[in-house]
Amino acid sequence: MRLELREITKQFPGVLANDRVSIAVDKGEVLGLLGENGAGKTTLMNILSGLYRPDSGAILIDGTERVFRDPAEAIAAGIGMVHQHFMLVPVFDVIESVALGAEPTTGPLGTFDRATARKQIIELSERYGLAVDPDAKIENLPVGVRQRVEILKALYRKSDILVLDEPSAVLTPQETEELFEIIRGLAKAGTSVIFITHKLNEVLAVADRITVLRRGAVAGNTTPSKADASSLAEMMVGREVQLTVSRGASKPGKPILQVQAMNVLDGRGGVAVHEASFEVHAGEILAVAGVQGNGQTELVEALTGLRPIDSGSLILDGNHLEGGSPRHIADAGVAHIPEDRSRDGMIKGMTVAENYVLNAYHRPPFSTGGRLDLKAIAARATQAVKDFDVRTPSIDTDIASLSGGNQQKVIVAREFGRDVRLVVAAQPTRGLDVGSIEYIHHRIVEQRDAGAAVLIVSTELDEVLALGDRVAVMYEGRIVGILDAKDATRERVGLLMGGAVA
Amino acid sequence: MTRLRKLLATIRLPAISVLVALLVGAIVIMLSDLEVLGKIPQDPLGAIVLGVQRVYLAYTSLLMGAFGDPAKFGKAIAAGGDAVLWAKAFRPITETLLASVPLMFVGLAVMVSFRTGVFNIGGEGQFMMGALGGTIAAIVLGGAGLPTPITILGVVALGALFGAAWAFIPGILKARVGASEVITTIMLNYIANLFIFFLLVNWELIQREDRTQPISKALDKFVVIPTILPIEALRLHLGFIVALLLAVVVSWFLWRTAKGFELRAAGLNLPAARYAGMGAASSVVIAMLISGAIAGIGGAFEVVGTVKQLTTAISGGVGFTAIAIALVGGTRPSGVVATSLVFGALRNGGALMGLNTGIPIDLLFFIQALVIMFIAAPSLTQRLIRSPFKRRVKEATA
Ligand SMILES: Nc1ncnc2c1ncn2[C@@H]1O[C@H](COP(=O)(O)OP(=O)(O)O)[C@@H](O)[C@H]1O
Ligand SMILES: [Mg+2]
Repeated sequence: MRLELREITKQFPGVLANDRVSIAVDKGEVLGLLGENGAGKTTLMNILSGLYRPDSGAILIDGTERVFRDPAEAIAAGIGMVHQHFMLVPVFDVIESVALGAEPTTGPLGTFDRATARKQIIELSERYGLAVDPDAKIENLPVGVRQRVEILKALYRKSDILVLDEPSAVLTPQETEELFEIIRGLAKAGTSVIFITHKLNEVLAVADRITVLRRGAVAGNTTPSKADASSLAEMMVGREVQLTVSRGASKPGKPILQVQAMNVLDGRGGVAVHEASFEVHAGEILAVAGVQGNGQTELVEALTGLRPIDSGSLILDGNHLEGGSPRHIADAGVAHIPEDRSRDGMIKGMTVAENYVLNAYHRPPFSTGGRLDLKAIAARATQAVKDFDVRTPSIDTDIASLSGGNQQKVIVAREFGRDVRLVVAAQPTRGLDVGSIEYIHHRIVEQRDAGAAVLIVSTELDEVLALGDRVAVMYEGRIVGILDAKDATRERVGLLMGGAVA
Repeated sequence: MTRLRKLLATIRLPAISVLVALLVGAIVIMLSDLEVLGKIPQDPLGAIVLGVQRVYLAYTSLLMGAFGDPAKFGKAIAAGGDAVLWAKAFRPITETLLASVPLMFVGLAVMVSFRTGVFNIGGEGQFMMGALGGTIAAIVLGGAGLPTPITILGVVALGALFGAAWAFIPGILKARVGASEVITTIMLNYIANLFIFFLLVNWELIQREDRTQPISKALDKFVVIPTILPIEALRLHLGFIVALLLAVVVSWFLWRTAKGFELRAAGLNLPAARYAGMGAASSVVIAMLISGAIAGIGGAFEVVGTVKQLTTAISGGVGFTAIAIALVGGTRPSGVVATSLVFGALRNGGALMGLNTGIPIDLLFFIQALVIMFIAAPSLTQRLIRSPFKRRVKEATA
């Protein structure tokens, strides 16, 4: 089946999300749709899947024009969509989740024929190498497997075209590699795949053809053999971008953060961080590597006062901070870029300005005698928006309507907007576009060069290697090794991440 | 210009909801009228005409009951300073305003808690406890012969205190042990009701002399809340002004103070509030205290200023209507005030409608419920209203 989107235009209030976009994908072909956050990729796919109606333009399947008034019609036409944010019911098991809405029935009452569904699902998952336990509950499955369930769901509905919207955002490098295998298998079996991403190396690895979107319009079409990472980045961003972080050698000073034999509980009766001991010096970046879920989250929460320390010590500038509240620790000069940006780092429903003062609203100049000084808040927020290049219509815009990169810039502006002794940055660039990543990395290095101690936690090996002056690796709650940058090769760090002994 | 547009955008949905609800109400009026129904088989056209007449009578009665009769305005003005004519002309409006006063207080109270992410369903109980506090203060202070201003201050203070104390219980339970405020506040509503019943038949201080029914002494013997207008029959009193002032204060507090900022932050995103170093537990308690105090003041004014005696019926479901008002009003003080006025008009106008047409006031509760439903399901309402319009625009441009 050949799919063509022709001259699709979609206007949102104030944003031209799609501007005469044309793409095509042939049977058995993988189309990589590349673009920064906000380029209009999701909008285009929502039009394809019947969630939105285009203002103009046409959808053609095998040359005939089709109109999808709702998602059901798109599904019936063979279009399967795996959304950026999964839409699964946590308490269902895999069989129910996959069959839901298209379930085989049996008997006079049309009851759910679980046995048949189960057989069909097992058959599908074997055919395409999508290993899942059909009886597992969704809530007990890791994200990577949930994604396979979403793919199975699409295949179960006999999709000829599978759309994957930023599927790798939630995956570890290994899981991404497995996903690529699945995609190649599907293509070989005749399914057309539209693979959406903002990661350059991914389209190069898996796509047959590449279409690049920029600000709602097609910026170019190419193939992996003709393009490379830097030419793609340029097409995507509209200017030349630096793909590696440029930074001078670190000049470490005295230790700022000292962690000694720290134990942190996970709140479910287990130990999340086990006897962690390390130091971070002024003017250096310690990057903590590790596969997601090896205690990094809890370590960061303990360092920033969000989770109690069970035993051991946390010393900043020679002062003990164990048991300190988040505010106490922040006031001691700790900037915290939280791992879960939407949950912890900002308040959707509040404006950019309000989010900018989220943890300083109670201090002069933002408030005196308990009264907010709206003028001072507006003035500082305006300056910060300018300094940190936050793209927002105004400081009174709800932060929820900004792109992820701009939201993160507001957070970074807030955290770096005061005297910082220690930066704790967890997954500071997760889900961001190339331009924003470059920018945030630059700002973090700037803090280091200004004499702050920097602790970065990242599951992206590239980020760890690009930024770390020293690299610590966490595995099952322990720090299993700390390497100098020159010794921290991809192989050594990767082995430690997998649990090998240093 | 943009301000006006913003305002229009915010009131569009509530306004549409009220209109659609009135429309549905009209259909119900027609279909529940036996005469209209009886006519349908032989004379469908006549039935429709009759139905429209009935609806017209009902809604004009509603409007006149709520806002007065234009003819009477003219007469009153023409006659100059005749107090009786003026009272006759303007009483519907002032009664509408008076009916909206308790709605404003409790609407504001509930709104504050919603903004903090606390679902206070206990406006009813806090209002009743405030009424009890107001009653006690009026009898004790007024009975001791203190000057009226001081007695009134006492009434307001004790009303606030009782309301806040009643709200403190669910607040601290939620903050300390995570007890759901929805459950605890509802339960405390019943307890407040029965507690007041108990006092009214057992406590000599407040019990009506030589009566065994649960009813308090007549409070106007102890203190009278001053009315705003110079004509005696227009009962609108100080409580109205206090309610408006409180709306301003609440707005200032939530958007102009550090504490208000904290409450709003906690209401929108608790983990982020914690991350930002705010005491989330104290936010809950503070929100409940403020909420309870406002509802309590409302109760005190209602009992001392309007009803002038305490019974267990003093609240009349205001706590529940207030939830609707807070939501319809977009959880903004100005919205709460505006919505309270609309709901007050419905309540007040309903009486005359009942008198003129025999349509029970329950129809208005039905209309209120519809308004809430339409607001709660904005996409439904948008679809009802917008898509035919949009289609027409498209056709016109095609
Ligand atoms: N429902 C919507 N209403 C208004 N604007 C929207 C809506 N959805 C997306 N946008 C805007 O359209 C643009 C494209 O968004 P999107 O398609 O999500 O980009 P991408 O998926 O490439 O990151 C962005 O500026 C976004 O803010
Ligand atoms: Mg997207």
